[in-house]
Amino acid sequence: MTNISIDFLNFTFATPFVLASGIWGTTASLLERAARAGCGAVTAKSCGPGPRAGHVNPSCVDWGHGLLNAIGLANPGAAAEAELLANAKTQLASLGVPLIASIFAGTAEEFGVVARIVAQAKPDMLEVNISCPNVHSEFGEPFAGNPTSTAEVTAQVKQALVGTGIPVIVKLAPNVPSVARIARAAVEAGADALCAINTMPGLILDIESGQTILANRSGGLSGSMLKPIALKCVYDIHKACPTTPIIGTGGVTTGQDAIEMIMAGATTVGIGSAIYYRGPAAIQQIKAEMIAWLEAHQIADLNSLRSLAHHEPLFSTVPTGAPVPAAH
Amino acid sequence: MKYQSLALPTAVKIAEIRQDNYRTKTFVLEAQLDAYPGQFVMAWLPRFDEKPFSLVNANPVTLMITNVGPFSRLMHEKQPGDRVWLRGPFGQGFQVPAAHKKVALVGGGYGVAPLYWLARTQIDQAAQVTAIIGARTAVDLLYAEHFATLPELVTCIATEDNTAGLSGRVTDALRPLLEEGVVDGIYACGPHGMLAALQKLGQQYGVPCQLSWEAYMRCGIGICGACEHEGHVLCLDGPVLK
Ligand SMILES: Cc1cc2nc3c(=O)[nH]c(=O)nc-3n(C[C@H](O)[C@H](O)[C@H](O)COP(=O)(O)OP(=O)(O)OC[C@H]3O[C@@H](n4cnc5c(N)ncnc54)[C@H](O)[C@@H]3O)c2cc1C
Ligand SMILES: Cc1cc2nc3c(=O)[nH]c(=O)nc-3n(C[C@H](O)[C@H](O)[C@H](O)COP(=O)(O)O)c2cc1C
Ligand code: FES
Repeated sequence: MTNISIDFLNFTFATPFVLASGIWGTTASLLERAARAGCGAVTAKSCGPGPRAGHVNPSCVDWGHGLLNAIGLANPGAAAEAELLANAKTQLASLGVPLIASIFAGTAEEFGVVARIVAQAKPDMLEVNISCPNVHSEFGEPFAGNPTSTAEVTAQVKQALVGTGIPVIVKLAPNVPSVARIARAAVEAGADALCAINTMPGLILDIESGQTILANRSGGLSGSMLKPIALKCVYDIHKACPTTPIIGTGGVTTGQDAIEMIMAGATTVGIGSAIYYRGPAAIQQIKAEMIAWLEAHQIADLNSLRSLAHHEPLFSTVPTGAPVPAAH
Repeated sequence: MKYQSLALPTAVKIAEIRQDNYRTKTFVLEAQLDAYPGQFVMAWLPRFDEKPFSLVNANPVTLMITNVGPFSRLMHEKQPGDRVWLRGPFGQGFQVPAAHKKVALVGGGYGVAPLYWLARTQIDQAAQVTAIIGARTAVDLLYAEHFATLPELVTCIATEDNTAGLSGRVTDALRPLLEEGVVDGIYACGPHGMLAALQKLGQQYGVPCQLSWEAYMRCGIGICGACEHEGHVLCLDGPVLK
């Protein structure tokens, strides 16, 4: 039997796959559906302090090489979300699938307030979305943009959750000069785990009208075109924080992609846009491909592959290398 | 232009506009799509909004739009030659099993849009089709005269205020047919209350239903969760649920 179960914080996930925030997680029924579809843990849609309609349409499109979305954090507000999470928790309990709540807010203090409200539903973990690229005009730069604001938010949420036993996962953005510095700031401020990455900012036009397609003009890129960016971030974060568990998210579409993410240093693997590209059966397919690969390579435990890319082989000699280009 | 499907909003010219009732127009577009009855498209007006509409036909693409708010009002200001942007088709439409030879098509309000297309395909398959069209009052009725021109189709009209056809709701028109046992499948599109009542009626008489549900839609491709209805994402699993 090939083992693909993963220990993450104090939980054991039956599979390494974590439903990414904002994919399906708008209701308890959809979170349960994702759990039944093979997720080892599921993340709810991010919620903020109050109800929020989100952006006008188009708010999510397939642009040919990935998705571009600016849903704009549509959510019912923390109080209503707490009810949704409590229902989800009940439905997930019998399946043994942990529930991750996700929150955002406008200030570091407000993150603490939202965390306290959501904690009443007793989610198994709390993810702190400091990296959504779609709310710039209202909230300024994302908190994940620099180490100081990352640490401030993390500390506020940790403080708000004292005594609850709910671990904190901080979700990072790819579009920063050094994701490793931000990761370290989050961990030093108390983050129990990290999730990398959120979407990458992007913008597309319709040349017939000469206008941006998204109502919000810009949005976040996701899907397989994001994978190398996500792998680089996970690789750098694991190097900087080798003992911190990471949910590696971004572009994972196949079982091989998921293995690659774990070899780069991820503990578990987030799945988002693949549910569009391969349909609702995506997780089962990714799982089957992963197991087939492990079996073909006679690897009994997925965990043995973790951060393999950080252990490079040694040689007794050095390669010749390329010649210095001659000037013509 | 002929398209299999459109992932990104694509500019399409309006060829013809017909006034259906005091607040509803049908738009015939210069495009063809690979689709079947019950599927929908997302229609975009740049820098304004994007909204879902059932296909009344895919060849040429035809939409029926009732003026209920800002987007539909802007559509009603369009002239032939103007453009609208489409992506789709999306979702699961009506799939009538070959065994269903006596089908009841039940439409309320703009819900008749996909049913008119379904009616035409069913007549081709030699099914016995009863169309039940409901509205609050006579002037709200849609496509009644189009259904009436279809051969071998029985059209039944119900208005709540007794200004046309039977007095009452579509369920009042359907119940006697279910009593007689002359319906082996109910296919419907309309407001939630109507669909819920039909679902109950279908269960009561043991007749299977395919119902097209409405929800606020965003991505249209089954991932954002905006259109959830009882564990289904309606844009992908629906809008027609069995
Ligand atoms: C799968 C799907 C298929 C659809 N197909 C069609 C279609 O074929 N034709 C069509 O006209 N619309 C259709 N709709 C509905 C259409 O998308 C909305 O009416 C659209 O949002 C109108 O946008 P708006 O900006 O004009 O109004 P908004 O301001 O967005 O909405 C106006 C509000 O008016 C309500 N409303 C008021 N009066 C009525 C009424 N008599 N009937 C229905 N709703 C009413 C709507 O529910 C809505 O809440 C469909 C919706 C879905 C999900
Ligand atoms: C439609 C959509 C909505 C999203 N909403 C959220 C959100 O509310 N909170 C969040 O932290 N990330 C959100 N994300 C980002 C995803 O969780 C994920 O980080 C990103 O899509 C990259 O993974 P993928 O390539 O597997 O989709 C959203 C992504 C998409 C496509
Ligand atoms: S609109 Fe149906 S899931 Fe996004």
